[in-house]
Amino acid sequence: MWRYMGRKLGIYAITFVIAVTINWMIPRFMPGDPVRSMLNRASVSDPEALERMTNYYNEVFGLETPLHQQYFSFWSGLFRGELGISSMQYPEPVLDIILRAVPYTLGLLLPAIILSWILGNHFGAFAARSKGLDNSLLPFSYILTATPYMWLALLMAWAVGVVGGFLPTSGGYSLALMPAFSWEFILSALTHWVLPFLSLFIVALGGWAIGMRNMIIYELEADYSNYLQALGAPRRLIRRYAFRNAMLPQITGLAVQLGTVIAGALLTEIVFNYPGLGSLILRALNNNDYFVLQGTFLFVIIGVLIANFIIDIIYVLVDPRTRVQMTGGAS
Amino acid sequence: MSNLAGAPGSDGTTDPEPIGERKKSEALYFAKRNPKLLIGAGVVLLFFLIGMIGPLFVDHGPNVYIGPQMQPPSAEYWLGTTTFGQDIWAQFVYGVRSTFLIGFLGGGIAFLIGTAIGFVAGYKGGVVDEILNMLTNVVLVLPALVVLIVAVAYLDVRGLFVQALFIGLTSWPWAARAVRSQALSLATRDYVDLARLSGRRTGKIILTEVAPNMSSYLVMSFILLFGGAVLIAAGLDFIGLGPSDGVSLGLMLQNAFQWSALHLGMWWWFIPPGFGITAIVSSMYILNVGLDEIFNPKLREL
Repeated sequence: MWRYMGRKLGIYAITFVIAVTINWMIPRFMPGDPVRSMLNRASVSDPEALERMTNYYNEVFGLETPLHQQYFSFWSGLFRGELGISSMQYPEPVLDIILRAVPYTLGLLLPAIILSWILGNHFGAFAARSKGLDNSLLPFSYILTATPYMWLALLMAWAVGVVGGFLPTSGGYSLALMPAFSWEFILSALTHWVLPFLSLFIVALGGWAIGMRNMIIYELEADYSNYLQALGAPRRLIRRYAFRNAMLPQITGLAVQLGTVIAGALLTEIVFNYPGLGSLILRALNNNDYFVLQGTFLFVIIGVLIANFIIDIIYVLVDPRTRVQMTGGAS
Repeated sequence: MSNLAGAPGSDGTTDPEPIGERKKSEALYFAKRNPKLLIGAGVVLLFFLIGMIGPLFVDHGPNVYIGPQMQPPSAEYWLGTTTFGQDIWAQFVYGVRSTFLIGFLGGGIAFLIGTAIGFVAGYKGGVVDEILNMLTNVVLVLPALVVLIVAVAYLDVRGLFVQALFIGLTSWPWAARAVRSQALSLATRDYVDLARLSGRRTGKIILTEVAPNMSSYLVMSFILLFGGAVLIAAGLDFIGLGPSDGVSLGLMLQNAFQWSALHLGMWWWFIPPGFGITAIVSSMYILNVGLDEIFNPKLREL
């Protein structure tokens, strides 16, 4: 088991290094002078600020020094927590801007992922091998997974927010309030949270239901199910066993689907102008603030890696076979 | 373009083997009786025709300012017009075309990379497998859209082909994994050993012995990659990183959102593009289930 964990950690470490390297390479190896194009496109009107920013960027990129030196100074800056300084909110450090956005994204993502996983699994297990449900629920689930996140978000914002007028469709809290720990603010934040959460949740639901349904069918074909059936075990019991076995691939699926759900969260946030990382990315793109963009990229990668590791741990805890098998070294 | 779909597998289906023929007609028998396959293929074909033929009947470009502004759907403008007086039907038709294009190209590139890596890893095994598997796992963990955002943001001119290339380069890992696990089990079969003994080159063995035996599997992977590429492209377009010139369904959504069609109540601007994407991708998925039921006897009696 420790060997298994070590292997996984190794892969994550490599992934992290590669992600950082991509992050470092992209501005340097894309055609054109990054500093010039960045400042040209960033509409900075104050000449003094422009001067200071040019100096700053030149220093940060250190384009005169040899490449390997640039690379190492990039890493050392990273470990000191320096992600650069934002150009759209000059002179605020990128790290602060991102840290302000992260709680909103997490608040949206975690409940959506966990609830859709649990509910989707139960739906899928329920639908499998029951003819009517399977034929109606399954195509519907496929339509859900094929729905672009932003489209469902737009539809919901339009139907519930604009036409119905039940819930607010823009922002993370009422603009009349300042973020504070008061009932009024929490209530406002909650009402703003409902729609983005729901649209994220609904799209994610379909995929889990499909996965579970397929796994259950597969498990019901297995020898142990047939044996139980031959013994005359009640249908419910067989299904419960099948469900527990089908859970395992779904846990792995959680890790695989993570990227898609995160992408969905970013897109949903943009539609609802929710003050998380998605809206931040959009703002950074519109203002050509590449430091914010790259900082966000790193943050998302780190988040994904941590989540993957947690899923690995859960998997080992849930599946007794891995504990035995993994000591043998096979993965 | 469409021959990308079964590139490695297509050699096998033309082999005049009697067993293959019987299997084929059996597959055809079940295909005709599978509503999922028929409905899915029908919708995909419908949209394909809209995308291919539709632009021929639109006598003006998709982004031309032609008529009255903010018109709801009418007999003259089937899907209404935008705030700027662009014909939404024209945009939709061209958008469907570029959606298929990005699906074929992006999905095709991902398919080629994924199957190549999967086959080599599964067939060769050993150190090669270890290295390729590691590569696959690394790319699998990186969230594709986020990587794409950062990479594409630095491009000054963005075209459909560049977008497809980038999507292909980031979305292949799960296909590689799936193909690898299949190839792994096929690589130990007797006839593959025999082919190996006869001294044929690895590439040839993979193409003629291993790939044809999982051709249905390959087709299904391609369809899933196609759908994934369409969805990722739509996401990129929506963030504003779409092709700088041209139309796509994602760009239509982005324009509609950016010019607050939502608050102006212009539902005819943002409903059609999203519906197009959903319809194309979901019918592809449903078609895939149909194919699965045809080629996988276990699922058939449902």
